[in-house]
Amino acid sequence: MDVILFLTFAVIAVVCGINVVVQTHPISSALSLIGVMGSLAVLYLLLGAEFIAMAQVIVYAGAIMVLFIFVIMLLNAGAESKRGRSFVAQLLGFPLLIAFLALASYFIQRLYPDTAMVQFGAFHGGTAQNVGRALFTQYLLPFEVTSVLILIAIVGAIVLARKELE
Amino acid sequence: MTNGVPLSWYLILSAVLFALGVAGFLFRKNIITVFMSIELMLNAVNLSFVAFSYQLRQVNGHIFTFFVMVVAAAEAAVGLAIILTVFKNRQTLNVDEVSSMKY
Repeated sequence: MDVILFLTFAVIAVVCGINVVVQTHPISSALSLIGVMGSLAVLYLLLGAEFIAMAQVIVYAGAIMVLFIFVIMLLNAGAESKRGRSFVAQLLGFPLLIAFLALASYFIQRLYPDTAMVQFGAFHGGTAQNVGRALFTQYLLPFEVTSVLILIAIVGAIVLARKELE
Repeated sequence: MTNGVPLSWYLILSAVLFALGVAGFLFRKNIITVFMSIELMLNAVNLSFVAFSYQLRQVNGHIFTFFVMVVAAAEAAVGLAIILTVFKNRQTLNVDEVSSMKY
């Protein structure tokens, strides 16, 4: 059951990820990215990260992607042109990508042989209670610093995107 | 232990998604798509964090993922504001035409 769920959503994530890269229209890329994020949320659930799965759906698929699609529609972005790509990049890009993936897979397999298994329900540390306890005790200072970061981001976004006064 | 998934599969999936993000970042011309590729890379790294968190039976990886999400939200807000400003001033979304800082 775990294997079926993992394979299903891993394939959805990879197909949507390829779609993000190959689609020419930004709206298609954005919708594919939502597919990647949704299937990653299911994988987080399989890994026992309930809170992170919910945050993924709400923050990433909900808030951030809505912002992206809003900007795409606001700018009325069309399909991009295919021309003007470097010859070396076209020739070497795909083989280098495959080589990188093969190398990474080899080292991952060596570091984590198949004895390290992931079973649904074997780890219950990802509930909102546990995450909240760690967040408000051990990681309190970084948590407070991120609130300042978000405040700065809000001010920066408003200053950058506002209309100049006459 | 018969019906589990090897941890390495999760890490390889994370590597595949990260590589796709790098490919999108390097090959695409539309500044919004380049930005979405960065989000794809962040998501791939988040999957690694959660997988390692499972393997070590600790909650710390989830905290890191949470912080990455917060920073990604802030980054998306500021980055999209920058894209709006660039489009307002140049009427283009092509990264090759926004290259006055080159040289």
